[in-house]
Parts: sequence; structure tokens; C-alpha cells
Amino acid sequence: MTTTELLLGILGGFLMGLSSIGLMLYLGRIAGISGIIQASLFANERAWRVVFIAGLILGSSLVFYFTPHSIEIRTDFPLALLALSGLLVGLGVAVGNGCTSGHGICGISRLSKRSLVATAVFFATALLTRYIVHDLLELLP
Amino acid sequence: MKKNLFALFFGALFGIGLGLSKMTDPQVVLGFFDISSQFNPLLLVVFISALATTLVGYRFVFKRSQPLIDTEFHLPEFTAIDKRLIFGSLVFGIGWGLSGYCPAPVLGILLFNPVEFMVFVLPMILAFYFLKCIKY
Repeated sequence: MTTTELLLGILGGFLMGLSSIGLMLYLGRIAGISGIIQASLFANERAWRVVFIAGLILGSSLVFYFTPHSIEIRTDFPLALLALSGLLVGLGVAVGNGCTSGHGICGISRLSKRSLVATAVFFATALLTRYIVHDLLELLP
Repeated sequence: MKKNLFALFFGALFGIGLGLSKMTDPQVVLGFFDISSQFNPLLLVVFISALATTLVGYRFVFKRSQPLIDTEFHLPEFTAIDKRLIFGSLVFGIGWGLSGYCPAPVLGILLFNPVEFMVFVLPMILAFYFLKCIKY
């Protein structure tokens, strides 16, 4: 991690925080991305959710457009493992009612014990999974 | 209409934050999970910055009786720490640790890594539909 990455990391986190605060202040909604995706598919009030997702894609695409070298495009990741990962993330966030944004940022900020427990669990299993898949089984580069 | 404009603005703000902090690069995220080898603490820096900001901001927001353009705060009423929460979070963490993607960053890569987007997002949405169908 370089100093620039550190400073942009703090700034980026701050902007995500502002977004979460703003969505609650104006719309009264939690900026939980997994919940927003699911509700954009199934719920009655879809419009603002679809627009929020479009905005998110637009925002990160803009950063990439202006600083194309900031991100190394990964092309060598095994697609079967990537699909499995998507399936597990989908099942997990739907059953556990939230992800890094909904439980991690918004939930803990609401002082929800549920979200604090969820966040501790998914950070722990992510670390453990990486250790097993990468260090023990050496399945990934 | 007003609601959609604010949603677009806050969505874009979130996306810019993800991009600037490099969270749209799964290799950076996996670097945080690599505690034994090429450890990269950036994910934690970003997470703490976002959390600290929201933690403070929410205190002011919740002093209000209602949001600015809606009649009520839409907050989860369920507070029990049950098997569902633990099991779901456990499975989510496995998926996250495998590829380095969680739901927000993976949306952000649509235009610059469409292959990884499709291969991850389609099974994720399939999982949403599956659980909806079996009403779990």
C-alpha cells in the first residue's frame, strides 16, 4: 500500500460513508447493496434502486475512465471458482440479510448487534477461506 | 422523480468511493485476506474510514423524526442473532474470500471487466431467484 493508495482509500471510504448518510437522510434507506440488488429485482418500489445501482456503476466507471492504470484488470482467475463465489455470495447475503455495506457499514453504524456479529463472521470466514484455498491447497496464484 | 435524482447522486458517490479506494480491484481485497504472504491493509483502511464517517453522520440523521423526502426511516425491525444470520454470513464470507468480490464492488466492474462481472453476477442473481422460489 503506497501513501497515495492510503490517502485515496481514506477519501474513498469517506465518500461511501457520505453516500450511506445521504441515502438515510434523504430517502430513509440503508445503503446495503445486496438488499438494494434483491429489492430491485423483487420489490414494489424498484425505480430508485435501479437508479442507485446505475449511479454506482457510473461512478466507478468514471474513476476507471480517468485513471485507467489504477486498476489491474484480472484475467487469469479460474471462471468456475468465480461462478461458485458468485453463487455463495448470493446465497449468503440473501440468507444473512446483508453484506459488507448493509451489515458492515450501515448496520454497525446503527449500533446493531446483529450486524456486528454478521460482519465478524464474514470477515473471519473470508480470511480463513483465502488461507485454505491460497496457502494450503495452492489453488490460486 | 426527486427520489430518483438523489438515488443517482448517492449511487454515483458510492461508486466513485469504491473506485478511488481501489475496492473494485479484487486483487487488492484478496491482499487483505493474505495475512501470511503479501498482506495489504487497504481494505481495512477503507472500511474503517467508511464506518467512522457513517457512525458519526447517522447520529445527526437519527435526531430527525423522518427523512427529508420520505415519511419514515425504513429500518430492519428484526434484532435476533439467529442461525440464519450466522449461516448466511458464513457462506457469504466463503464466497468473498474465494474471489475478492462482494456485491457492491462487483457491480462497479461492469464496464471494465465484463467477463468477471457476468461470471460472478449471474450465479449471484440465480441464487436470489432460487431462494425466492423456495421461499427460504
